[in-house]
Amino acid sequence: MTAKQLSVFIENRRGRLGEVLKVLKDNNVNILSMSLADTTEYGLLRLIVNAPDHGRDVLLSAGFSSMITDILIVKVPHVAGSLQEILTIVAENNIDIEYMYGLSVEANDATIVVKTNELKRACEVLKKNKIDTMTEEEIEAL
Amino acid sequence: MIWNREMECMPRDEMTRLQSERLVKLVEYVYNNVEFYRNRMDAHGVKPSDIHGIEDIVKLPYTTKDDLRDTYPFGLFAAPHSDIVRIHASSGTTGKATVVGYTQNDIDVWSECVARCMSMADVTKDDIIQIAYGYGLFTGGLGAHYGAERLGAMVVPMSTGNSKKLTTMMVDFGATAIACTPSYLLHLSEVLRDEGLIDKIKLKAAICGAEPWTDKMRHEIETRLNITAHDIYGLSEIMGPGVACDCKHHTGLHICEDHFYPEIIDPVTLEPVADGEVGELVFTTITKEGIPLIRYRTKDLTSITHEVCECGRTSARISRFKGRSDDMLIIRGVNVFPSQVEAALVEVEEVTPHYMMIVDRENNLDTLEIQVEIDVRYYTDEVKGIEKLTKKIATVIQQALGISAKIRLMGPNTLKRSEGKAVHVIDNRKLY
Repeated sequence: MTAKQLSVFIENRRGRLGEVLKVLKDNNVNILSMSLADTTEYGLLRLIVNAPDHGRDVLLSAGFSSMITDILIVKVPHVAGSLQEILTIVAENNIDIEYMYGLSVEANDATIVVKTNELKRACEVLKKNKIDTMTEEEIEAL
Repeated sequence: MIWNREMECMPRDEMTRLQSERLVKLVEYVYNNVEFYRNRMDAHGVKPSDIHGIEDIVKLPYTTKDDLRDTYPFGLFAAPHSDIVRIHASSGTTGKATVVGYTQNDIDVWSECVARCMSMADVTKDDIIQIAYGYGLFTGGLGAHYGAERLGAMVVPMSTGNSKKLTTMMVDFGATAIACTPSYLLHLSEVLRDEGLIDKIKLKAAICGAEPWTDKMRHEIETRLNITAHDIYGLSEIMGPGVACDCKHHTGLHICEDHFYPEIIDPVTLEPVADGEVGELVFTTITKEGIPLIRYRTKDLTSITHEVCECGRTSARISRFKGRSDDMLIIRGVNVFPSQVEAALVEVEEVTPHYMMIVDRENNLDTLEIQVEIDVRYYTDEVKGIEKLTKKIATVIQQALGISAKIRLMGPNTLKRSEGKAVHVIDNRKLY
């Protein structure tokens, strides 16, 4: 199952990240995980939140470039080498990972957020290999 | 040194007589050979027979860069294509370039004018001169080149883009003169200093143009390199570099008045202003064959004097430029109009039409950054997507302007929307 990520383009300017976060706070959008890809001129903020669609809407109306991106939230057992095994499976199926970052949830497993070039097929591959993903509903319930 | 004493030191009344004769001939020639001018003069109610002398020039309508655009590419040419031996082009205000054509005689006149200018800097046939303007459609490189050859100097056609090779050859060849933009020469002085070559050069004179500069900047160049630097002026519509240049007294730029008749007008009322008052410079190309222009509005703001110079030249002199009456920028010697950027961005659907140009000068080299807003529909959350878009815009801009620009993508509504006339340029350059 895929889940939704809230993405925001931020030009590098002092205080800009704080402005984004304030909009989310004022609208009661809770951030579960985040990653910031930074270049010298801009940053790409990627957020897993409890209400992604609402988050995008409030950011858009506040004048930020925000969008929803479909991603996978993959459960990774707390065992050495488990992430590597998952990545091997993904690579063997000729699927490219665009980016990934960790997501902390209160559970026995770790979770990672993964964006791939072929999301649907990645889903199927993971399912076939009995690797669990989290649904949108599960995220919202966190 | 005075290259052509007869023309450059001609008594004023004789010059007026010469200009009168030439204007009468020019108007007749243009009326008979250029449909655009025939129609415009008819609409203006003026015929060639109404022009008896230079004082009648005020009866004639003005020509603007827009007229060149509207008649693109060859609409204002007066000579048949078989007589045109060269084409040059400069930036138009929108996508289209401004194209000019030269007959062999035009090229000869141009070379003569540049030779006069270089002589003002005491460059002679004994000199070795590096031409470091761009060669190609831009008039700078070839214009200076032909003028220097006319002088009989040893010409080194460096063109632009390789400072290291230029400084090496400057030392190895023992170059005594250089023609380039003043900011580039200032940059070269730093390269020479950093490489410890300042004491090894034999440079005596520089002929700098294609961009505005100040006396302070000239002093800086002269001190750093122990040379004399001269300000050469020109524009492709009129001819190219060599329309005017300053002599060693640096009290204004001597116009080659036997070929280019100058007027200074109020850019708003279009009425002539008195000597010494600042206004827009207007030229009539009284001897040109390829693309003769009548009362062409240069948009350059300056003042004029007809007093005899200490050097003995009687030609009218224009002061250093005070700015422009339009929004044209000169970046790395290249004319750039904000409207060109606008026209180019319209072609890129991923961005909004809002943009801001930031012009600056780092190590004496002009920099241009263009900020554009991404259209929210084309937003991507991948760095490679953004980089691809940045590259695409950079290519479009490079093709439109002929110079490279740094592209900075911005979020929606981050660029200021101004009420009334939009501000599209922030020019942080300090001309010393």
